[in-house]
Amino acid sequence: MAPQKVVLRFDAKISDQPVIYKLVKDYDLVINILKANVNPQKEGTMVLDINGEKAEQGIDYLRSLGVQVKSLTEQIIQNEQKCVSCGACTDICPSGALYIERPDMIVRFDSDRCVVCHLCVKACPMRAMEVCF
Amino acid sequence: MAVEKTYQEINARIKAGKAVVVTAEELVSMVKEKGVERAASEVDVVTTGTFGPMCSSGAFLSFGHAKPRIKMHKVWLNNVPAYTGIAAVDAYIGATEVREDDPLNSDHPGEFRYGGGHVIQDLVARKKVMLKATGYGTDCYPRKEIETEITIDDINEAILFNPRNAYQNYNCAINLSAKTIYTYLGVLKPHMGNAHFSTSGQLSPLLKDPMFRTIGIGTRIFLGGGIGYVAWNGTQHFPGRNTGEDGTDYGFAGGTLSVIGDLKQMSPRWLVGTSMIGYGATMTVGLGIPIPILNEEICRYAAVGDDELYAPIVDYSEDYPNFKSSSLGFISYAQLKSGKININGKEVPTAPVSSYPRAREIAATLKTWIKKGDFLLSEPVQLLANADSGIVANSLKG
Repeated sequence: MAPQKVVLRFDAKISDQPVIYKLVKDYDLVINILKANVNPQKEGTMVLDINGEKAEQGIDYLRSLGVQVKSLTEQIIQNEQKCVSCGACTDICPSGALYIERPDMIVRFDSDRCVVCHLCVKACPMRAMEVCF
Repeated sequence: MAVEKTYQEINARIKAGKAVVVTAEELVSMVKEKGVERAASEVDVVTTGTFGPMCSSGAFLSFGHAKPRIKMHKVWLNNVPAYTGIAAVDAYIGATEVREDDPLNSDHPGEFRYGGGHVIQDLVARKKVMLKATGYGTDCYPRKEIETEITIDDINEAILFNPRNAYQNYNCAINLSAKTIYTYLGVLKPHMGNAHFSTSGQLSPLLKDPMFRTIGIGTRIFLGGGIGYVAWNGTQHFPGRNTGEDGTDYGFAGGTLSVIGDLKQMSPRWLVGTSMIGYGATMTVGLGIPIPILNEEICRYAAVGDDELYAPIVDYSEDYPNFKSSSLGFISYAQLKSGKININGKEVPTAPVSSYPRAREIAATLKTWIKKGDFLLSEPVQLLANADSGIVANSLKG
């Protein structure tokens, strides 16, 4: 079964429970934690790559605990607060999603053309291109 | 009659709200339309701007004393080491320093996510920064360790002092090798897959006063969103002219400035921590210089447009790293800004590393400050060496 990416949101009262352990131990799933923001007694989020026969049962288990589970579509966004329109990303982007608007030389991002290759995320000197789940 | 103006006359007009101020971009079209003589008589001040990654930047910080006192021997700001071999509680945080635990290029290309430039940006953003220092303990400075949060407002002095900024001109970088390379001019694709450049061209301060007729020690400037001054020539100040293999003159290059200003009045919009993948951390600095139009010669130089300003094309895979002189030719900023250039019959996409829109904003801001009468021009205490000085660069043996 193909791995699937899911985003979990859980409230403060279950943030201290070993849910990932249960997914591995009881449902025999291969879990890759892509992103996690978990603090004791606070609401948390986690992005997982889940792989295994019992993925659906595992997700039902999470839901039974009250965890909100959503499948995830990864997106790249241009953080306009951070982007200074230098242009260094525009010839790295393979799909033309990042381009310079002439004559003003402003860097624009057309998310419809983005293929989520992540090249800009590291090439941007200001770290203005962000992965958004 | 030849135009001759003095700083005093121009400042009197600024104070009276009557000065004619234009950006360098506006002057280019004005001179094309009206000619140099009329433009020189009408215009008092031309404003310039540049906003690009500028290594050789940093800040002196004086923290104030703790109780009991410590003579700092090692200092870290958000885990980025600062140099404290100056005095007990003084340090210099350099833009290219990285965190103690930075993996550098061990997993190539490294990301260099946070360095001294980011610390400076966090300070001017008035964020809390963790200061850690150790000392060896002396009779008068007994303390051996301190760890405390600071903000820029808590410390006594924060002085931006950049030993080399505002490069007069810069290379257009390409990669002739078969693999992608990661440089201080960005990611360069194999087989001349792209070309990067980093100058604001017709807005660039030192391309607009290329013979240093007005820019010198004490010149008041836009620096990091606030007011700064030219402190000295920059390090590696080798003012000269670019000449093609056939003897063609491709204009001025090689001048640099060292600049200084009170960091506390600057802004995180204009001092931006910067991470060049595979290369390192640095800081992008906003800098703009007003040029008084004292005579026609100064006006003529300031009116040169992107079509008459040239960058040398340099290979960063072999020639630059091995310090070999490169002869791939010159290319105008007008062509570089168009998005494609032609090198040896191949069409190569181009991209800038310095922001033209931000350079334009700096020139416009400086124009507004001067027109409002808030910003007077300062006559340099001493002018800097120019292309006639014959300065030759030394290189290291070994």
